[in-house]
Formats: sequence, C-alpha cells, structure tokens
Amino acid sequence: MAKRTTSLPTAGVGVFRTKRDRRIGLALTLPSLALFLLFTYYPFFKNFQLALYRAAPFPTLPNKFVGPSQFFSIFSDAQFWDSVRSTVIFVGLVVPIGVFLGLLMAVAAHQRLKGIRVYRTIFSSTVVSSAAVAAVVFSTLLSPVSGYLPSIGIHAPDITSSATWAMPMVAIVSAWQFVGLAFIILTAGLQSLPDDLLEASRVDGASSWTRFWRIILPLLSPTVFFTLIVGVIYGLQSFGQIDIMIGTQNSTFTHTNVLIYAIYRFIHVSADPGMAASYSIALFFITLVVTLIQFRILEKRVHYGQ
Amino acid sequence: MASKQRRLAGRTGSYALLTLLAFIVGFPLYIIFAGSLMSLKEITSVPPSLFPMHPIWSTFRDAFVGGNLGQYLAVSFFQSGIIVVGQVLTSILAAFAFAYIQFPWKRTIFVAMLATSMIPFEVTVTANLQTVAALGWSETMQGLVVPFLATGFGIFLLRQAFLQIPKEMHEAAVIDGYSSWKFMWRVAVPLARPSIAALAVFSFLGAWNQYLWPLLETGSNKNIQTIQMGIRGVGGQVSTANVSLAAAAIAVAPLLILLVFFQKHLVRSLTAGAVK
Repeated sequence: MAKRTTSLPTAGVGVFRTKRDRRIGLALTLPSLALFLLFTYYPFFKNFQLALYRAAPFPTLPNKFVGPSQFFSIFSDAQFWDSVRSTVIFVGLVVPIGVFLGLLMAVAAHQRLKGIRVYRTIFSSTVVSSAAVAAVVFSTLLSPVSGYLPSIGIHAPDITSSATWAMPMVAIVSAWQFVGLAFIILTAGLQSLPDDLLEASRVDGASSWTRFWRIILPLLSPTVFFTLIVGVIYGLQSFGQIDIMIGTQNSTFTHTNVLIYAIYRFIHVSADPGMAASYSIALFFITLVVTLIQFRILEKRVHYGQ
Repeated sequence: MASKQRRLAGRTGSYALLTLLAFIVGFPLYIIFAGSLMSLKEITSVPPSLFPMHPIWSTFRDAFVGGNLGQYLAVSFFQSGIIVVGQVLTSILAAFAFAYIQFPWKRTIFVAMLATSMIPFEVTVTANLQTVAALGWSETMQGLVVPFLATGFGIFLLRQAFLQIPKEMHEAAVIDGYSSWKFMWRVAVPLARPSIAALAVFSFLGAWNQYLWPLLETGSNKNIQTIQMGIRGVGGQVSTANVSLAAAAIAVAPLLILLVFFQKHLVRSLTAGAVK
C-alpha cells in the first residue's frame, strides 16, 4: 500500500525560517489568498446577505429588504421541493448507473491481457467529454426521428415534450459522462489492493463471481464509497446537459428543474438574486452533508485500512 | 489440457465482456466522429447508419464558417491557457510556502485554502456575477478567467509533491546558501514536475469544459464566448445533426489527444485523494 500522507497540515518542514523568509512565505500565499477571499469566501457569505432581499418588480427599482423570511419561505414552497425531488431522482439515477458500470469495467480491465491499454483508454475516455459535447451526441442518439433507439426496439417520445422521459434521458447522459471518472478512481483502488490476495484466490479456484463478491468488493469498498460521493457531488453540479437538451422554453423543465438549474433560472430568467442566493445556500448545505459523510468514511478507512 | 482449455475460454470470455463494455461506453464518442462525416440524409436515415459510407468533410467547413468555430476555439485556447498558467503559478508559490517556509498564521491560511474545495463554484455564482460587474469586468475576458486563477486542490497536490523531496536535498541547499526563492525554482519545482504536469492537465480539462460561468458571464459578447458556448449555439437539432457533431468533434478532439498522451498525468490528478 502506498505511503499514507495526512491531509492535515503538519508543523511543516520549515527549512526556511529567517525573518526575511517569514515575509516571503506570507507573500507567496498572497495571490491565492486574495483570489480565494474575493471569489470564494466573499461571494459565499454574500449569499446570506442577498437572501435577505426580495427582487423588485422592475429592474430599475431597488430590491426590498425582507429579512430572513425569504430564505425560510423556500421550505414551504412547492417549487423548492420539486427541485429537491428532481435533484434526488437525478443523482439517484446517475450515481448507481455510473458506479455500477465503472466497477464492472474496472474489474474486467484489471488483468494482464494483450491490448488492455486500448480498453482502458476507451473506458476512461468519457471523462474528457464536456456537458455540451455529451448533450449534442445524445440528442442525436436519442432523437425519436433519426436516433438509434427505435432500431433497438425502444420507442421513446421526444424528451423535450415528455415529462416521463426527460429525466431518465438527461440522467443517462450525465451517467455516461461520469463513467470514465468512476472507472479511473476504481481502477486506482483495485491497483492498490494486495496482488497476492487476488492471485491466491485465483489459484484456489474460486469462480470470478465468488471472487468479486467475497474478495474484491469487500477490499474495494472504501474506494467504492469514495466514488459514490464523488458521483453525488458530480450529479449535484450537472447543468449543461439539462440546459442544452431541455432548455427553459420547454414545458418539461419543471421535471428536470434540479437545484442548480433553478439557481440558473433565478439569475438568468427571473433576475431574482435573493431567491438564487437562498437556493445556493440550500445547495451548499446539501453538498456539505455529503462531503462530511465522505470525511467520516475516509477517517474510518484510516483506522481500519492497515 | 483441460485447464489450458479453460484458460482459453476464460480469456475469450474476458475479451467478450471488455468489448461489450467498450461498445456501450465508446459508442457515443464513436458516433461524434462517424456522424460528423455523414451527410444529413445518411445520419437521419431509418434505420440509422453506423458507418459513414460516403464520408463528407463539408460538415467541418460548415461548422467553421457557419458556426464560427474558429473564433470559439481561439477563445477557448486563450481562456484555458491563462487559467492553466495562473493555477500552476499560484499553486507552486503557495504550496512551496506551506511545504518549506515557517511563517505566521501558516496553519490557519492552509486550512482556509483547503476549505475552499468544500464550497462548490455553483454556490458562489450569483454573488460572483455581481463582484465581476462591480469590477467593471462583465462580459470581458478578465471576468471569464480571473475567478479561476487559484485552486485549493492544486495547492494540496503540489504541497504533497514538495514534501516528498528528500530531506538531504534541502539540507544541501541550505548549506550551499540557497535562498528559499532559488531553492524553489532550481530544486523543488524541477523535482515536482510530474505533479505540476498532472495539475496542468487537470486544469486544462476543467477550464476547457466550463459551462455555467461562461454562459452567464460572457452574456451577449460573442467575442469571448468559448467553444462550449459555440456548441450550445449549434445545439442538438436534427436538422443540423451532422454539423453539430462536427462541432462536438472539434471541441472534444484536443482533450482526447490530451487523454492519449498524458493519461498517466490525468489519472494521477483525478485519483489524488482517492486511494492513499
């Protein structure tokens, strides 16, 4: 197993510690620090202020101070819960599909075979596809007119006019994009497993099925969990596919109006920074909970890993 | 004999499974390129064509001339280039300080920088648009790139790389009277090259594929719209499917080249923190 390095700052090597070095050290962090303060921390806290103001009916009028009631009002707003539900369904489709396929590919490609590198490159390849690229090719593939679905016996309607099909279709696009990343992470996990254990089970004559469930999966479970979390965060941020494939002008958007898309509509369509900020705060806390779960799992792994 | 046969059967099964998976995952990517060479009639035929029987190249001309892809590409290379250089530079400087220099509030600043990765950019978009507007950068190139010139992940990655440099190296450097600045550029940075390359590839991928920020920030200024916005423009309409695919092919080609030649670096950055 690779040498473990902690993510917490140690006292540091601190080779350079003269008075002049101390100034240099601080100066070297300044560019990053300034950028983070201006473009990460300031806007983050600004959300809490923006959420206190309600958008004026006309852009020329000043926004009206309404206090925290606006933020808390989203919890009794059906539209907010629609967005949360859409987000949960979306992530609930993207993550299992992506991780399952990624795991299948990682295990299948974890052997010494001629040409395995070509397969690995193909399996990783979706990681380079942007949301826009994926949206364009899947629009072609899934088109009810010229697409490839009817020839394999699936007669789906145009997704921009079908509420039932819109969500699974955009989720498939995101899942496909995520598969490459899942494969890369899971492969790295597999490669860090002790070879002798896998080899021994092969010699013992365990079937691939048994080997997968009894040996590979338990050993790999920390990496699988990690991939799940990465997938959830990935899913929460998926936006371009929905923007291109569905778009605001289509009636189905209420079914694919995930949180990030709702934020976009508040900014771009209804020019309502107060609501956009309120939704952003909600999205942040959802992401935070997921990240904390990830830290807990990583911590556990440090305890049981060796 | 029997075991030999079994092994052969096993290997055939492995290849069958691998090929099936490669087909499922690789098919959309294949269709981007195959479809971009088909005529509109061929791509919309029923049943759909799987291979361009009469490859045409005019789709690329249409994408460049009609879709103005040349300009979008130039903007994307410029925007991504600045972001890569900026992220690599700011990360080297900060990471080196955290790894090798003793200075006040070091621990606090480090934690604050790592914590930025807990705040997704999407959450800060609303207020960032206002900040950029207040700076007078709305619909400008500065507004497009400056918010992305620092990265907590990059600082973390390079700090790890700097810390792995053997102790003897900096002891020798100190004895030789190297200043911290000289040690950084002459010793630390050259030795951390693989990680720096990994960060550069990772930044490029992220910058090139950005969508939400360019969409909101560039507004109506066509001169600074990136390739992703260009694809959004040609869209996924059936009536121009082959030209749209040609545009998508052009947008994804630089990254595929990156994947083939720098796979090791890309994997290294994507799995940093995954398995350790």
